[in-house]
Amino acid sequence: MLECRNLRKTFSGFVATDDVSLSAETKRTTAVIGPNGAGKSTLFNLITGHLQPDSGEVFLEGRDITGIAPHKICGLGIARSFQRTNIFAKLTVYENIQAAFIAHGGRGYDMWGVSERLFRDETEQMIEHLALQGIAGTIAGEISHGAQKQVELGIALAGNPRMLLLDEPTAGMSAQETHESIALLDRIAKERGLTLLFTEHDMDVVFSIAHTIAVLHQGRIIAVGAPDDVRCNEEVRRVYLGGGKH
Amino acid sequence: MSLPKRIPWTLVLFLVGLFIPVLGSRYYTFLATDILIFAMFATSLNLLLGVSGLVPFGHAAYFGIGAYVCAIFMKDLSVPFLAAWLAGGVGGALFAAVFGFFCVRLTSVYFSMLTMAFAQIVWAICFKWNDVTGGEQGYPNVPMPSMAWLEWLPWVGDLRIDHKFYYLTLILVALSMAAMRRIVNSPFGRILTTVRDNAERATFIGIDVRRYRLIVFSLAGGFAGLAGGLFGIFNRGVFPDFCYWPKSAEVLIMTILGGIHHFWGPSVGAAIIILLNQYIVSYTEFWPFFLGLILLVLLFAFPGGVAGAFAILVRGVRSIVGGRG
Repeated sequence: MLECRNLRKTFSGFVATDDVSLSAETKRTTAVIGPNGAGKSTLFNLITGHLQPDSGEVFLEGRDITGIAPHKICGLGIARSFQRTNIFAKLTVYENIQAAFIAHGGRGYDMWGVSERLFRDETEQMIEHLALQGIAGTIAGEISHGAQKQVELGIALAGNPRMLLLDEPTAGMSAQETHESIALLDRIAKERGLTLLFTEHDMDVVFSIAHTIAVLHQGRIIAVGAPDDVRCNEEVRRVYLGGGKH
Repeated sequence: MSLPKRIPWTLVLFLVGLFIPVLGSRYYTFLATDILIFAMFATSLNLLLGVSGLVPFGHAAYFGIGAYVCAIFMKDLSVPFLAAWLAGGVGGALFAAVFGFFCVRLTSVYFSMLTMAFAQIVWAICFKWNDVTGGEQGYPNVPMPSMAWLEWLPWVGDLRIDHKFYYLTLILVALSMAAMRRIVNSPFGRILTTVRDNAERATFIGIDVRRYRLIVFSLAGGFAGLAGGLFGIFNRGVFPDFCYWPKSAEVLIMTILGGIHHFWGPSVGAAIIILLNQYIVSYTEFWPFFLGLILLVLLFAFPGGVAGAFAILVRGVRSIVGGRG
């Protein structure tokens, strides 16, 4: 579904990603792992149009989407979440998700309608889906970190994307929260037939839900394959898994 | 005793407004007209400030453009008032669209400075272009609109022209306010609040942030232009200082003082500044000094402005008087 070819990005001399080629198969879950600073977030930003690659291309279902503006890539069906929770912190949980429905529904330029009435059912359904009913009216910046991640997921899902890019979806979560949100993600991905591409530092999470794992190290992909193959890869063990830790 | 869940303040205010000329004082009518026009001007600014999170330092440019366009259309081109007034609004919106095209490419303080730079250009042109704007001398003797239709109304028909103009202003400002309120509560308005809150995130739900900012900048310019058109007539002349930066600062102060997080905040701010101005000036020539003091106290005591403080007060009274729920 998504294919990156030879992506290279440098920041004033520092090579963040170097010749990265990666593909995410339709309706499969692909994980990108790697130590801090390996270039995971840069890769995501290149895919979603937030950064322009120095060279290389990104294809979505065969169409070249390299360098297209982020809001347009979003319109093509790629939604993303961020490593640092990125929501509308001063709006309520309800408004967060409703706004995403308005934007994706193409109603954003409607100046004469009444926003309160729009996408009521869809928003409430999504809130229920994510088990956020109790706090729908709360200002999103004041709810727990785990719940904020759910809100962010809700914002992403409101666009009914075909592909979801999640940058460290469980960052900062407790073990319990991690477990719950991964179960939720897995369920949603299956229900909606989503193609999932995510980065993650928690190895248990990665090996439990990913079909394919790519390992980034110092901006390069050093291994890619099924979880078992990657687990056994010598170089991966050396640079990342820290030999015998897992 | 319990307070009703919703008091239709807007309607109450409008009705009170209808009665002002009944007091028979030209002075009160003069003040009320002034307040109405500036309430509208400040509310147009708040489309940017409170709703969209943009801080323009040159909003007076569009007020001035609207004033000149409306006045020139009426006097030099003999266009009927309503058409000239709307042309003033369109003029404000068009200039805002052109300048905004550049301004929305910048953010934060750079955005503010560029809006100010454009406003200074407008001011300089109005100041120098003698043939059209009257230059430094201004554009005097703007005609009053023909308000023959008001003659048909009992009592109102016999009023002096300034009372009649007040009624005209009241109606047009009320309509403009209703339109702005509708926009704020529309899906477009909701998207603007997401852009204000987190522009990066808004991009990733498919929002073209610059385009939204440009549209609202242009809208705000249009409403400022409409306010300016009324003010030019009210003032019986249009002068370059309508566009000058202190005018932009004045309306910014009104808006912030009144409260940017409430639709009526800027109107409250406009009323307070105009009334304070009138009354303090009659006691002391150090009016700006007292304005500064008042601002200082208000900003520290009520960061949400007067409207914010009032909202907290009402909520408090409700919970004491009516009990919870």
